[in-house]
Amino acid sequence: MRTILEIIKKEFAQFKRDPKMFGVILVAPVMQLIFLGFAATLDVKVIKTYILDNDHSDRSAELVREFSSSQYFRIDGYVSDYDELTKVMDGGNALIAFVIPSGFEKDIESGKTAELQAIINGSDGNTSSIASGYAASIISSYSNKIMLNKLELRGVKQLPAGRITADTRVWYNPMLLSRYFMVPGIVGLLLTVITLILTSLAIVKEKEIGTLEQIIVTPIKPYQIIAGKLIPFVIMGFISVVIVITAMRVIFGIEVRGSLIFLFISAFFYIFTTLGLGLLISTITKNQQQAMMVAMFGVMMPMVFLSGFNFQVENMPEAFRYISDFISLKYFLNIIRGVILKGSGFTDHIHDFIMIIVLGTLILAISILRFNKRLE
Amino acid sequence: MNSIVADNLTKKFGSFTSVDSVSFSVKQGEIFGFLGANGAGKSTTIKMLCGLLEPTSGDAAVGGYSIKKEADKVKTVIGYMSQRFSLYNDLTVGENINFFGGVYGLYGNSLKERREWILDIANLRGKENTLTGSLPGGVKQRLALGTAVIHRPEIVFLDEPTSGVDPVSRRSFWELIHSLSEEGTTVFVTTHYLEEAEFCSNIILIDAGRLIAEGNSKFLKSNYITNKIFEIRSPGLIELLDSAKKLPFVEDVSIFGNSIHLMVTSEIEEADDLKNRLESITGIKLTGIEVIPPSLEDVFIHLLEGKK
Ligand SMILES: Nc1ncnc2c1ncn2[C@@H]1O[C@H](COP(=O)(O)OP(=O)(O)OP(=O)(O)O)[C@@H](O)[C@H]1O
Ligand SMILES: [Mg+2]
Repeated sequence: MRTILEIIKKEFAQFKRDPKMFGVILVAPVMQLIFLGFAATLDVKVIKTYILDNDHSDRSAELVREFSSSQYFRIDGYVSDYDELTKVMDGGNALIAFVIPSGFEKDIESGKTAELQAIINGSDGNTSSIASGYAASIISSYSNKIMLNKLELRGVKQLPAGRITADTRVWYNPMLLSRYFMVPGIVGLLLTVITLILTSLAIVKEKEIGTLEQIIVTPIKPYQIIAGKLIPFVIMGFISVVIVITAMRVIFGIEVRGSLIFLFISAFFYIFTTLGLGLLISTITKNQQQAMMVAMFGVMMPMVFLSGFNFQVENMPEAFRYISDFISLKYFLNIIRGVILKGSGFTDHIHDFIMIIVLGTLILAISILRFNKRLE
Repeated sequence: MNSIVADNLTKKFGSFTSVDSVSFSVKQGEIFGFLGANGAGKSTTIKMLCGLLEPTSGDAAVGGYSIKKEADKVKTVIGYMSQRFSLYNDLTVGENINFFGGVYGLYGNSLKERREWILDIANLRGKENTLTGSLPGGVKQRLALGTAVIHRPEIVFLDEPTSGVDPVSRRSFWELIHSLSEEGTTVFVTTHYLEEAEFCSNIILIDAGRLIAEGNSKFLKSNYITNKIFEIRSPGLIELLDSAKKLPFVEDVSIFGNSIHLMVTSEIEEADDLKNRLESITGIKLTGIEVIPPSLEDVFIHLLEGKK
């Protein structure tokens, strides 16, 4: 125990002298949060929209104006029939198309329910769900406006009591911002960066400069080296999670609705996986540069991609969906998003939680065995 | 009593044999010199003896423990100073000492006592808070040596401890090695500097992974060199060197500063005889010639050249 403490102490003495480390742990998380958080809303600000107007009426033109004057929909063109529409959608030129049936105006004027068809390109599940949310909210506010107008025309100045309004609600993300989806994910991403990339770098660095050899010739046990090297990064990881969660609240006004304790316990088991992978990378690479490359492109990127950090897992090709079952980040993101946005807790995430523990323990055990073998 | 007994120690990296069936023994408390050219296999051998690399075949007993079966115990009796400086440059002198002391299980007064000792030998008293990376090379090496023996090991392995260090620092480093040896520590040291080999009580020479000579300096000089060695001066030194190489009565020849050392076959005994032969064959005038006792360098050049 004393030996492990010595290593931890040494590790922190080195952090203290390495301004880069502080940057990575304290500044980068906040920067990343701001950058990714704002970038996340940008990519759905412009929704490429096509219109098929079979009604050619004042009302249909008015509806189109409602869309084009919102800051989200950009009317890229009009088509005259379904064949043309299919081409536009297949070519990826439109994310959403509105089909206004003939008789649209007549239905409105006669007080019937008017129908409107929206065709959405679902290949990017994230953006399309946001687009459909925007569309729904614009349509509902338009229909409210029509209703109010009509009431006014009839000379009624006040809303009659007991009026039923259609209230479209998008759950878990009431403001229809993809930021809500992304920002909690960043907590998971950061924890991964710190515990995976930094650990592998820290171990490979000692290998590269030869100090690892100097430690191995001492009677120290491999498990003591491992614990001594990993624990500081666990601490750092948690510090930066706290920073990100605070920043999330201050900058984006997103509060953690569920149990922070459950979130931290999950995070604790989640980093078994990342520490394990970091350790594994350190056994297969010779220098920091290699370790960085393998950690970034060989592990982080596929992991982030397959976890559904920015694509919904449901929209991936089948093969990827199977692989994603083995990605702990996926389960951890479920928990983070659930706890932060929905206020869900352990009972909602039993499966995710078990998977995190199983995968984490497995990966860490394999890595420790391999690392031990390497040391002998 | 033997501190180290190597028995057909072999290390292969793939199909390449880095250390090839090397056997030797090192007595307790002696300074044992391990010599060889770059890539001869010195570091590889040391790493096997320290338990950092597993031998492909063969075994060695270090402090009485098998490096194959009791690597854990070996670690308790050795100190190791690697060829590359391997203290933490981004820690202070004091932090490095405390860290390695702690890893060896030293604390409290015993750590304090050893810390003082290291600061003394490295001349770093009052500089505990200096960053290790900012120290000059010679001081770093003494600090590294002190740290390597912080736990008073029976045996210490030093892999080229003086390479890249200025001559004055090298001298004081060797004084340290001597005092360790006098206290009973076995010192196993590799070096490139042949004059340093003269400080060793026993020497082995390896080439391309094979042991090619062993013994003390005196033995090496008398046993491996039977013929005479002449030191020759001449204005046309380089031409003389080139032409002498081809002569049948010349065994080997090499340049030493402003003279050349020439070892002859047994037929030549006298300086005058050699002088006449050289001058008449090469037409180059010699300004000085004398028989000299062989240095270790002559021995090694002879042994290494002879192999080719
Ligand atoms: N891990 C390794 N994999 C493959 N070859 C290796 C490895 N380590 C050493 N070698 C090779 O083994 C040979 C001996 O290397 P070693 O480091 O033992 O030489 P050395 O005598 O210490 O040389 P130097 O004086 O340069 O330190 C070299 O040819 C080297 O390239
Ligand atoms: Mg070497």
